Amino acid sequence: MLSAQETLDTYYLEARRDLLEIAAFLDRYDRAVERDGAKAGDESKRESLLEAAKLLSQPDHPQANRAEQLLVHFAKIA
Amino acid sequence: MQIIQPHYHAIARTAQDYERMAMSGVVAVCEPAFWAGYDRRYPETFIDYFAQISEFEPTRAAEFGIRHFCWVAVNPKEAENKELTDEVLRLMPEFFNKPNCLGVGETGLHKSTPNEIESLQAHVDMAMKHGQLVLIHTPHLADKAHGTKTVLEVLAGMDVDPNRIWIDHVEEQTIESVLDAGYWAGMTLYPVTKCSPRRAVDILEKYPTERLLVNSSADWGPSDPFTLQESIVEFRRRGHSLQEAIEIYHNNPCRFLGQNPKWDIKPIVCSES
Repeated sequence: MLSAQETLDTYYLEARRDLLEIAAFLDRYDRAVERDGAKAGDESKRESLLEAAKLLSQPDHPQANRAEQLLVHFAKIA
Repeated sequence: MQIIQPHYHAIARTAQDYERMAMSGVVAVCEPAFWAGYDRRYPETFIDYFAQISEFEPTRAAEFGIRHFCWVAVNPKEAENKELTDEVLRLMPEFFNKPNCLGVGETGLHKSTPNEIESLQAHVDMAMKHGQLVLIHTPHLADKAHGTKTVLEVLAGMDVDPNRIWIDHVEEQTIESVLDAGYWAGMTLYPVTKCSPRRAVDILEKYPTERLLVNSSADWGPSDPFTLQESIVEFRRRGHSLQEAIEIYHNNPCRFLGQNPKWDIKPIVCSES
């Protein structure tokens, strides 16, 4: 198994890439809203992602089960 | 659809890449001189490398019906060795006469050290004196914004024609300053470390596309020549027409590179609306 430092060093760039993709996706949505002059009729997917981001931004997860929590959270979206 | 790979390090790739690129519509690749993964010790090693990309590599590409062009330079990482750089620069102009050599590249910055900056100035100066195009590398990751700003400051102090200079590896935080200064801007699509196919299409939708180039990633590290095709599929999926795709992925490279008369591939117009 990897040490804490090895874990960070091994996966940091991939996590950075994935966050950039999410940021770009949210920007893409905002530009579409601006272009169309209207929000999506159902914004629940966007709201769900922003809620998920809040969960990730909490530094302490003693059970190290963020993925499990997110899956439970996303299951609320049809 | 006919596609041009404007930035492709063929010597680090396989013949199978050429074959698959040919099958996917790639008609030409352009190979800038780059860092080999280790610092070379002798100017002669560079000369042999330049010979490889200007003489041998075109024959390998031709096996698959792909045109191969190249650029010559001491890359920013090895430009830290001033003595080596000076000697390579002295020998470099003979390669401007090669039939597939398009100009000076990739020069640029890596850590933006004084030696790198001096090398960048010397490369650009040489290109301008010899009427060559210039391809400029900008740094990776955390060094990118500062390095790109420094590149622009260096160029602003020189007598250059911005339309003949392509500043590469731009991302969201650097593209605007490059375009505002009148240069061509290139996006390089890596699986992890630089721009991605989707983010590139976002940028294409956000900025004027007349001076934008899109490259795949193709070198000896984690990279993927088919990120370019991924980007095209994403571009088309968003409803952009075939001709709009051709303008970006074929005709823009033709317009920039065609400033060198050796580049004889012309912009095309498709019959499909």
